[in-house]
Amino acid sequence: MNILSKENICSAGEVKVTKLVVLAPNIARVAKCGQFVALMAREDGERIPLTIVDADVKNGTITLIFQEVGLTTRLLGKLNAGDSLYALVGPLGHATEIKNYGKVILVGGGVGIAEILPVARALKAAGNDVTTILGARTKGLLILEKELKDASGKLFITTDDGSYERKGFTTDVLRELLSESKYDLIYAVGPIPMMKKVAFTTRDFAVRTIVSLNAVMVDATGMCGCCRVTIGGKTKFSCVDGPEFDAHLVDWDELIKRNAIYTDKEKHICNLDRMI
Amino acid sequence: MKKEPVKAKELAPVRRSNNFSEVVLGYDEAEALAEAGRCLQCKNPICTSGCPVGINIKKFINCITQKDYKSAYFTIREKNDFPSICGRVCPAEYQCRKACVLTKKNSPFASPEAINIHFLERFVGDYGMKNKLEIPLEDKNKLSKFKVAVVGSGPAGLACAGELVRAGVKVTIFESLHKTGGVLRYGIPPFRMPRDILDFEINYLKKMGAEFVPNYIVGKVKTLDELFAEGYASIFLGLGAGIPSFMGIDGENLCNIYSANEFLTRINLMSAYRFPEAHTPVNIGKHIIIIGGGNTAMDAARAALRLQNMNKIAPDTTIVYRRTEVEMPARRLEIAHAKEEGVKFEFLVKPTAFIGDDKGFVKKMRALRCELGEPDSSGRRRPVDIKGSDFEMDCDIAIIAIGLKANELLTKVTPSLKIDKYGDIVVNPETMETSAKGVFAGGDIVGGEGTVIEAMGMAKKASNSIIKYLLQQ
Repeated sequence: MNILSKENICSAGEVKVTKLVVLAPNIARVAKCGQFVALMAREDGERIPLTIVDADVKNGTITLIFQEVGLTTRLLGKLNAGDSLYALVGPLGHATEIKNYGKVILVGGGVGIAEILPVARALKAAGNDVTTILGARTKGLLILEKELKDASGKLFITTDDGSYERKGFTTDVLRELLSESKYDLIYAVGPIPMMKKVAFTTRDFAVRTIVSLNAVMVDATGMCGCCRVTIGGKTKFSCVDGPEFDAHLVDWDELIKRNAIYTDKEKHICNLDRMI
Repeated sequence: MKKEPVKAKELAPVRRSNNFSEVVLGYDEAEALAEAGRCLQCKNPICTSGCPVGINIKKFINCITQKDYKSAYFTIREKNDFPSICGRVCPAEYQCRKACVLTKKNSPFASPEAINIHFLERFVGDYGMKNKLEIPLEDKNKLSKFKVAVVGSGPAGLACAGELVRAGVKVTIFESLHKTGGVLRYGIPPFRMPRDILDFEINYLKKMGAEFVPNYIVGKVKTLDELFAEGYASIFLGLGAGIPSFMGIDGENLCNIYSANEFLTRINLMSAYRFPEAHTPVNIGKHIIIIGGGNTAMDAARAALRLQNMNKIAPDTTIVYRRTEVEMPARRLEIAHAKEEGVKFEFLVKPTAFIGDDKGFVKKMRALRCELGEPDSSGRRRPVDIKGSDFEMDCDIAIIAIGLKANELLTKVTPSLKIDKYGDIVVNPETMETSAKGVFAGGDIVGGEGTVIEAMGMAKKASNSIIKYLLQQ
């Protein structure tokens, strides 16, 4: 649980994205792409889930990348190399099904880009023709461009404000690509509104689409049901049934609402700067 | 002259409803002596037949009357390593006290006249704790070459580990959460199970040599075969129950509808009642409804009511149950405490839907009134809907406490473990041996949800089988 290195990989205005390399040989040994860990920055902290971006079996480390948005991620961002997490458990959730699908498009938005990197690498290694679309609000918030360029056959980038590459949204590029050619799988991770738009876009083309959902969790092992989502009319737990689901079956509006359960409490706690 | 049962002292309802301090204060020495003095010391006592771990109740009560508390303590510890825990959470009115000769015939649970065995057990357990009584270790050499892995640090895991370390076995207890204790930590609130008691009992195990490994999910990090390959000679699975059940009615995924597991875990394990000092939040509303009739429902209701008081919200917490009070599986004491504290009860009510606002937060619960029909397979009379009795209740927090299903994290990746249609592990009930060689199981993952002491009883049986198994190696 010791932090071996910490790097601020981008920041723009208030937004900061941080990368930690954490010593966790037990997790690194068995982690597969698409899986996550649950961690606590300190004893009185929250348990939060974070995707395992990379696992190094030889050095026994895992890489975590997160945006410092709430109190817990801000506290996590205050930790430095040499510090230890209070708790770290994993790997959790099902791994991504890696095989040769043929032509795949990966869509990553914001800090979700970090989560598609291991999937891009694994799908490429499995022989897929990988096209990647990255989206960021602005140039300063675009992460892992070089890494994903290496892991993809083709790379497209959009920024909401047009400060870098194409102005617009990932789904603009996605629609064009799907109109021009046939693809076998779409895999998307990012803010929920983006994943929802991806789902609606690909539904028009009847192409299989997988998303990794970021529901709120507590124990993250199936015990509490906080992360329940409705998939094709059935209740599923993101932690043990997911985190990946068929994007066309997700009840997006319910997920958006459920992820806002603690908005008021979060505002309150984030105003308490003395806690940091 | 017939002596009246001695009531255990309790915090007054007004003094306990805005905090998580322990409610039952227990007996002092004079009270324990008076209660123990009521025991008839039957020639052929039947109380022990009601105890899942077979404590010699007559003997330990007799020791109390002799003021030989040390012997009383060791008498209990022969069969139960956790008297301070069990004296607090055992549903004695369904077990030893129900078997007590003073309970009236055909009573569904113990009569008030039955000896308060649980309070006496607690008195003795706490005496042992205060006086640091240490139970002598058995011959350590015989089994010290063996390592056993215990999976899960709840009641079953703790009990099994306790027996094994006492027999000299090296024990490693793997726990998936960051803190040990299982349901005793995340499920049972501090007002029923003070954390210093729990910590003491767990530390005692550590002192005896048990090693605890938190944050470790067996089945994910290592398979059972890998544990065997690492040198564990046997494995005990005390995985607990896992997945909370929901009713499957409309609107159940609205915001502020919790499983009791989630609500209690946020409060008990993550200390949400100290928010924002502790960072995990829990929402509290004006009209809280708890659905269910077990101890978990009582715990959730009493915790919710405390949070309303602590947040200066006029208390309005209601337990909704589809049968009547008699059929409630909860401990009678918890039902009484909940009532004293101001929890309301709506019996013979079956929720049919939740209705939310445009932001997705629950606002109302729709329900039907029921009446009792013929007895079902559990022997309790089945609730039958009354047509046209639909009504609505205000509800801005709902807590579903209708039970748990097996967590299949481990069994799914262990094909050698035979499971039943509920996902529970199949064992030989005599030995608690599973279908996998050298693997034993007990607690809620065997036969579904039970009580703390039932889990401990199974674990004890398993530990005996494990010792036999080790001796054959």
